[in-house]
Amino acid sequence: MITEIAKEAWRSLRANKLRSLLTTLGVIIGVAAVIVMMAISAGTEAAISESIYSLGSNLIFISSTFSRVGPGERPQNAGGLVYDDVAAIREKIKGVTGVTVDQQASVTVRRGDITLDGVMLMGTTPDYPIVRGLSVATGRYFTSTEVERAQKVAVLGKTIAEKLFGEEDPIGQTITVNKTQLTVIGVLAEKGLVAGTDFDQLIYTPIKVVFQKFTPSQFARFMGDRVRQITVAVDPKANIDTVVEQISLLLANRHNVSLDSPDFSIRTQADIIKARESTTATFRNLLIWVASVSLLVGGIGIMNIMLVSVTERTREIGLRQAVGATPEDIQIQFLVEALVLSLLGGVIGIGVGIAGSHLFGTLSGMRTVIVPSAIGISFTSAALVGILFGYLPARRAARLDPIVALRYE
Amino acid sequence: MENEPIIIRTENLKKVYGSGEAQVIALAGINLTIRQGEFVAIMGPSGSGKSTLLNILACLDRPSEGSYYLDGIDVSQYQRRDLALIRGRKIGMVFQSYNLLPRLTALENVLLPIFYRREQRLPAEAARQHALAALESVGLGDRAHHYPNQLSGGQQQRVAIARALVNDPAIILADEPTGNLDSHASQEILDLLQRLHAQGRTIVLVTHDPEVAAHTERILLIRDGHLISDQSNGRTRSTPPSNALSSSPASTTLEVHHDH
Ligand SMILES: Nc1ncnc2c1ncn2[C@@H]1O[C@H](COP(=O)(O)OP(=O)(O)OP(=O)(O)O)[C@@H](O)[C@H]1O
Ligand SMILES: [Mg+2]
Repeated sequence: MITEIAKEAWRSLRANKLRSLLTTLGVIIGVAAVIVMMAISAGTEAAISESIYSLGSNLIFISSTFSRVGPGERPQNAGGLVYDDVAAIREKIKGVTGVTVDQQASVTVRRGDITLDGVMLMGTTPDYPIVRGLSVATGRYFTSTEVERAQKVAVLGKTIAEKLFGEEDPIGQTITVNKTQLTVIGVLAEKGLVAGTDFDQLIYTPIKVVFQKFTPSQFARFMGDRVRQITVAVDPKANIDTVVEQISLLLANRHNVSLDSPDFSIRTQADIIKARESTTATFRNLLIWVASVSLLVGGIGIMNIMLVSVTERTREIGLRQAVGATPEDIQIQFLVEALVLSLLGGVIGIGVGIAGSHLFGTLSGMRTVIVPSAIGISFTSAALVGILFGYLPARRAARLDPIVALRYE
Repeated sequence: MENEPIIIRTENLKKVYGSGEAQVIALAGINLTIRQGEFVAIMGPSGSGKSTLLNILACLDRPSEGSYYLDGIDVSQYQRRDLALIRGRKIGMVFQSYNLLPRLTALENVLLPIFYRREQRLPAEAARQHALAALESVGLGDRAHHYPNQLSGGQQQRVAIARALVNDPAIILADEPTGNLDSHASQEILDLLQRLHAQGRTIVLVTHDPEVAAHTERILLIRDGHLISDQSNGRTRSTPPSNALSSSPASTTLEVHHDH
């Protein structure tokens, strides 16, 4: 019975192909918009979390939060992370596989007649390769003794090594960084571009070298041995929350601050992703509103055309009633017709949405991920729209008096 | 004749439209009995209430007052849904303007009443066969897949009659069935109705045309909502009442022995 009604509905919609298609346009746009937007936001989210995890996995980021300074107060009074905190965390906290800190400087590098401007010099500690997932290709990374003594050594990223030395072996050679000579002790394996940084273009050196030689003097006085951020790699088998807790206690103790108003903040990768997700969630809520509005408009379009259809087919309704159709039969017929119309819009909209997502992805280079739940949600909403907005026309059809309807011209 | 079961009985049937100044008394108390197998014409001047009466008999409308017994059941107080079900089961309606659905083929038009049937629903193929048989009985088996606009007026009206027959109704009601047809097509329709009558069908038709009325066996004359005469029409008693079919219920058969 219901399949026959659906067939009937399909037929009467086909009798007005163009009109039916135009009517469903609102639903098509609404559904396609939901799918494309969800695909974009899911793609962006995936790209973000991937780039956060590509820094290395199981990381904890500790940042200085300089306590607020009043006007006229000198920022020197503020606390924050200091270089010695790195060693303290490394020694006292269990479940930590590496602790590092970095301080960058933009420098000019010379070697023979080759001069490279705007190269990033990365002052770090021996744990840096572990934390960032780098590996040494030839030679070695610097040791903690070399860091402590501020030994003038350098490890090169793959690309920069090729630029400076070509086919030659760089190990043991000297490069001039600004006015300081550094001895190359190692070259890293290729890592590539991660989260906006090309690790192959960097020159790595002990952080104390950067403190002493590459920090502008007035800045150095202000900074002292303060560091902005310490990155900790946690053993995957350890409980990351416990590690975070222990680090908080340790640092609060060392800095002589209470845990209620610390001079540092600790975030895990999961925290960062969560924070990003909450911004994309706001974005998504906005989208849902946009989509709802266009579905609403689509629904009103369907209602409008169904009302027209009921009027046009008044005689048909009268005749159907005359041969035994009950008011419910008529109501179901028109409801099904509205439903078929909106589902048609839903199906086309899903097709358009999927194609649009791919097209957008290829054209913009942004990643798009088709979200199955978006398809389910938009299809269901299309069906709901059909039933909701088909109800009034269907009821109007069902309430027609057979005699009046039969006499209608 | 007097022994046949009563199909239609009305008691003081009234229909009043509007109220106050604009009040129109379309039916002013009709008492009427129609027995199974009768072929009745309703005549009268325009506006006398013929269609009003037929619509009430067809359960398309309800009387303002009085009772209407259809096949023994008082349907005058029935609500819309029950009236619809009664129409599907017991009434076959034929209109002056055919009222075929233009998007459906002849066969599909004939299938409509089966589609809305609640009792003894037929599986799709059986329903098709049944509808095809009805079309064949009006001589249009070869036009089953034609659309209404591909058929002549007379053929369209025959499809409409097949549609009226297909649920095997207790009575066939026709409002000026030949009103839109030329004399040749009218004659065809009248021959068909007479053949159905010969098979024992109960038929009531409204007409202005005395020649059409002459084909029937009883003429009711209505004026200003009153039944002013009820005459049997001796000249055209076409079948003896002892016809085997007329004594059995109308449900027997759709077959018509037509002589094409
Ligand atoms: N819906 C209505 N509202 C008000 N008055 C109506 C309505 N339908 C019919 N009437 C009136 O009832 C009376 C009977 O109308 P009806 O249609 O039954 O006449 P008829 O005998 O069929 O006429 P015709 O031969 O012209 O078809 C007329 O006066 C008509 O104006
Ligand atoms: Mg009339």
